[in-house]
Amino acid sequence: MPCESYNDGSGGGAMNQRVALEGSHAVAEAVRMADVDVISAYPITPQTHIPERLAEMVANGELNAAYIPVESEHSALSTCLGAAAVGARTFTATAGQGLELMHEVVYIASSMRYPVVMAVCNRALSAPLNVWGDHSDAMAVRDTGWIQVFCQNGQEAFDLTLWAFRVGEDPKVLFPVMVHLDGFTLSHVTEPVILPEQSDVDRFLPKFQYPFALDPDRPMTHGAFGPPDIYSETKLAQEVAFRKSKEVILRGWQEFGDIFHRYYRPVEEYKTENAETLLLTMGAFTETAKVVIDERKDKGEAVGLISLRLWRPFPFEEFRQSVRGAKVLIVLDRCISFGRGGPVFAEIRSALYDEEPRPKVVGLIGGLGGRDLSEEDFDYIITRGREIAEKGSDRMLETVNIR
Amino acid sequence: MKFGETVIPAEEFLAEGHSFCIGCGEALALRLACKALGKDVIIANATGCIEICTSPLPLTSWRVPWIHTLFENTAAVISGIEAGLKILTKKSKMPERNIKCVAIAGDGGTSDIGIQALSGAFERNHNFLYICFDNEAYMNTGIQRSSATPYGASTTTAPAGKFSIGQVTRKKNMAAIAAAHNIPYVATACPSYRFDLMKKVRKAAAVKGPAYVHILAPCPTGWRYGTDLTIKIGQLAVQTGIFPLYEIENGRYILNADPPRLKPVAEYLKLQGRYRHLRDEDIEKIQKMVNEDYAKLKEMAAAFPL
Repeated sequence: MPCESYNDGSGGGAMNQRVALEGSHAVAEAVRMADVDVISAYPITPQTHIPERLAEMVANGELNAAYIPVESEHSALSTCLGAAAVGARTFTATAGQGLELMHEVVYIASSMRYPVVMAVCNRALSAPLNVWGDHSDAMAVRDTGWIQVFCQNGQEAFDLTLWAFRVGEDPKVLFPVMVHLDGFTLSHVTEPVILPEQSDVDRFLPKFQYPFALDPDRPMTHGAFGPPDIYSETKLAQEVAFRKSKEVILRGWQEFGDIFHRYYRPVEEYKTENAETLLLTMGAFTETAKVVIDERKDKGEAVGLISLRLWRPFPFEEFRQSVRGAKVLIVLDRCISFGRGGPVFAEIRSALYDEEPRPKVVGLIGGLGGRDLSEEDFDYIITRGREIAEKGSDRMLETVNIR
Repeated sequence: MKFGETVIPAEEFLAEGHSFCIGCGEALALRLACKALGKDVIIANATGCIEICTSPLPLTSWRVPWIHTLFENTAAVISGIEAGLKILTKKSKMPERNIKCVAIAGDGGTSDIGIQALSGAFERNHNFLYICFDNEAYMNTGIQRSSATPYGASTTTAPAGKFSIGQVTRKKNMAAIAAAHNIPYVATACPSYRFDLMKKVRKAAAVKGPAYVHILAPCPTGWRYGTDLTIKIGQLAVQTGIFPLYEIENGRYILNADPPRLKPVAEYLKLQGRYRHLRDEDIEKIQKMVNEDYAKLKEMAAAFPL
């Protein structure tokens, strides 16, 4: 458990210090410091520690918020829509099947421009039932119009959750934000996390001023239906606004860095200078991969690593810049798009199609349903990835650590 | 009854130009309900006839704040609205005001796909009013059966045929389901009895905690009767006892209209095309069901004498 100084709910005391926090609790701390108004959640492994901690904070008066213990994930997000529509700052969290159950509501939140923040403790999808981590749930909501980021560690889980409110609620954005953290390997792992001063948080995160709040003095219609003569225009307007949110996404990270001294970028580049072979990862496995990159680098190999932090809107420019000069790009997917292969791999290859010259892009799939990927596995990914790039592959699917 | 209670306010909250069918009982019930609710209201609407007929982008018929998101989640959306207003007021981010939170949905959105969210919202004891406009089938999508479709009615997905009477199951008793959640107020109403309807909506809106009003909404399109018969059909539904008007206040049943003798249910059935295929013995069977249900209701009311 973290030390007592941050836990007293007053927002004062000795802050800005390193405490040991589980990834889930780091998210809950960020939600508390954001002074969220409405939390609505339904329990699902491995997300439970987030709502449990928040419920505890509300029960103890550490957080002045409504905690709504709804009867399903569908209602969890639906409740957030209602609360956001009257101008409340809202948060929910889910995982795997829960995200699938709320799938249609996920589209509503973005299309109706309610800046809900949702943490997703990434989990595999049934069947067979599996509560452990992979990215299948995240990939299933890839196209839903939420701003989406992947966290590598507990600090990022805290930072990106706080940042999510700042960006989503910006009047120029008004889109919901999904913060992905790997189930168990991040949600349940205790790491040192630096918690900021409440005054700095308040400086970074202004009060939520929703410009279209439902109000009897100013009657407004939310969610009228779109017949064929107007639906296309609404969708185009949504896409334009969504792509433009990138400016605020970047500004939000700049402001965050200026206040908290940690600067984030859409694509993280790790030892990529002069690298001929690049490995691409997302989420918590990135840190294991870094160890292998370090080892290979020490042996004099021209390898590097890039990690996609911003998944949506897709950071085309930063991504293309990050792979410029590389000969081979190896993409690790923690999900299978059945009949197609790795979904991230497909996107990455497509994003580079117009580039000249461009690296040879190869993909491997692994880490499904909580299957661990060790340093040896990442070693294999790099070795095998290079082989495929050179000689091609006669396998239906290239995998790692799957029998 | 005071004279003032029988006067219907002139102010319209549902604007003209909507696209409800001619003779729609639901539109009439909605208009009356809105008049009873007044201006200080936020309405969450499930997908269905009301939503579609009042909100084609870029137009709206709503002169009160209104939100539609999906079909089955309306009770959850209103939960969020209620909780949001409450906490924002508590945190002094919003001035203290009495805004009534009202969810509206059809019978499918209530008794089928939305029942889970509704049950959850009742159980959590949000301060809201839920009005079900029951036209006894999925009318918006073209008269498909729901769990609120009565026995013997022909619909497009439970059609009468050589080997079927149409709907073979009995109408789900939503009022009893609502009451089973121990909520303070439940009522049934019908737009043919407009003062009763408005009185109940007002009463339900004033209740602290969850309230449920189940309104029978005769539908000329789906029930297949002449568009001039809506009021008469609604009256017959009550007078035959197939849709009795009652309230359940804190678990206590009160029968609002208990005629000395119920009219034969055949008078109600024979005006509607959806029952045209029924033989005399089918009607007799339905009469028996009505008698049974009505007797049960009277027993419940008798258990709590006024």
